[in-house]
Amino acid sequence: MGKTVVAEHLSAFFGEHQILHDVSLEMQANQVTAIIGPSGCGKSTFIRCMNRLHETVARATMTGRVLLDDENVYEANSVWVRRTIGMVFQKPNPFPAMSIFDNVAAGLRLNGIRKKSVLAEQVERSLHMSALWDEVKDRLSAPSASLSGGQQQRLCIARALAIEPAVLLMDEPASALDPISTLRIEELIEEIKCQYTIVIVTHNLQQAARVADTTAFFLSGEIIEYGRTTDMFTTPSDKRTEDYVTGRFG
Amino acid sequence: MSHRLLLWRRLKNQVFFTLLVFMSLIALFPLFNILWYVISRGLPELSIRFFTRLPGPVGMVGGMANAIVGTLIVVSLACLIAIPIGVGAGIYMAEYADDRFAAVCRFLADVLSGVPSIVAGLMVYATVVIWMHSYSAFAGALSLALLMLPTLMRTTEQMLLMVDTSLREGAFALGATRFQTTVQVVLPTAASGLITAVMLSIGRVMGETAPLLFTAFGNSFWQDGLNAPIAALPLQIFVYATSPYPQWQAQAWTGALTLLAIILVINIAARAFGRGKLR
Repeated sequence: MGKTVVAEHLSAFFGEHQILHDVSLEMQANQVTAIIGPSGCGKSTFIRCMNRLHETVARATMTGRVLLDDENVYEANSVWVRRTIGMVFQKPNPFPAMSIFDNVAAGLRLNGIRKKSVLAEQVERSLHMSALWDEVKDRLSAPSASLSGGQQQRLCIARALAIEPAVLLMDEPASALDPISTLRIEELIEEIKCQYTIVIVTHNLQQAARVADTTAFFLSGEIIEYGRTTDMFTTPSDKRTEDYVTGRFG
Repeated sequence: MSHRLLLWRRLKNQVFFTLLVFMSLIALFPLFNILWYVISRGLPELSIRFFTRLPGPVGMVGGMANAIVGTLIVVSLACLIAIPIGVGAGIYMAEYADDRFAAVCRFLADVLSGVPSIVAGLMVYATVVIWMHSYSAFAGALSLALLMLPTLMRTTEQMLLMVDTSLREGAFALGATRFQTTVQVVLPTAASGLITAVMLSIGRVMGETAPLLFTAFGNSFWQDGLNAPIAALPLQIFVYATSPYPQWQAQAWTGALTLLAIILVINIAARAFGRGKLR
């Protein structure tokens, strides 16, 4: 089951440069939250603060709290945090030295699971979930680089799902993909959202409108507005949100 | 107007291209010259006994078996010392050190790579040889290791930095520690590049003579353990080539041919691994 993620008074920095200004946002369990906004507004940095990936970059710092069902992420073990909060990146990043099977099994192996039957079962289940199983079931030992871009991204989703996280962060997961692959990933989100908390960063407003229950609009490192997706796109309360969703800027 | 301009451009292009081809040929000339010369001078003395016998007295048939084995022993020993340290330091610089400390390491490695090889030998002489009261295979290996170290550090670092950050983040996002990320994702991705780097550094020190002069010292017989003077191909070539005996001089060429062949094999192997990386 998904867990609710709450960001409280989050500020993030790269050296002296402040990226996020006192951002608070609640991402409901078993729902899809979309984060929209123009380039450079801090969307990616925001979700990278959720699974503590932000702090792995040199000179990157943050203040504030992130709660995962009342547990403070920044007081917990970062390995546990990243096991519980999975992530899919903008550019597909399968491990090139590993086969298709090994890529999906990577997270399980990293967390100490060695039993072959467990690995095989979990890999198949994850590939089914990411709708890739039928395309790769006959060549699981092929190198991951032999897949197309869209397949690689679904492989990365399977890899993230294999360790059964509670939350799935998706950083523009379809921006490098063709429309058909994009559609498959959106269908996938629809299918799995009942079990996960999904946070998706997207440039594509139609995509947000299609998949998200709640949408947050970021501008210059601040949250301008957030609410039910239908309200955000039909009756936004802030002028800047209206300008953005109607395509007047951004 | 535009037609003449086009002709002029095409002419310039042609002249530049010809010039570059010409330069490349000049650059390659010495290489083929050396190869041809070493092969033609080295072939006459090439025989099975060259690889199986010890050096003989003047006028008697002899070989360089001990020097070939000696070189392989000294270089293997040097690898045992230099590869773990050099690759380890390279991993540290690429994956762990913060920017400032990595910059210091990088600078020191560059300074070390500028140390003349004879100075490396001299230093090992002044410390290890004098301390052990003996020239030794170990001292020779240590001086070669000193020469391998900076190249290994820098090439390892560069190979690892070529691995995309997104792969590291992908591993972190699965709950991997930095150690797991390095060992299970970064190193396998850079593996073929690393092997190429290691092999090239081996080929580079295999022919070194100066640092061995007063460390390994050379030996006309089979070595007596790693704590005793040991023969090496470059040393044997040096002694034979500067001798007054035509037969020894001819054998020096055969020794040079053997050394060249070993290095060539290593380089080709390195290439093969490098090509594996592109796949």
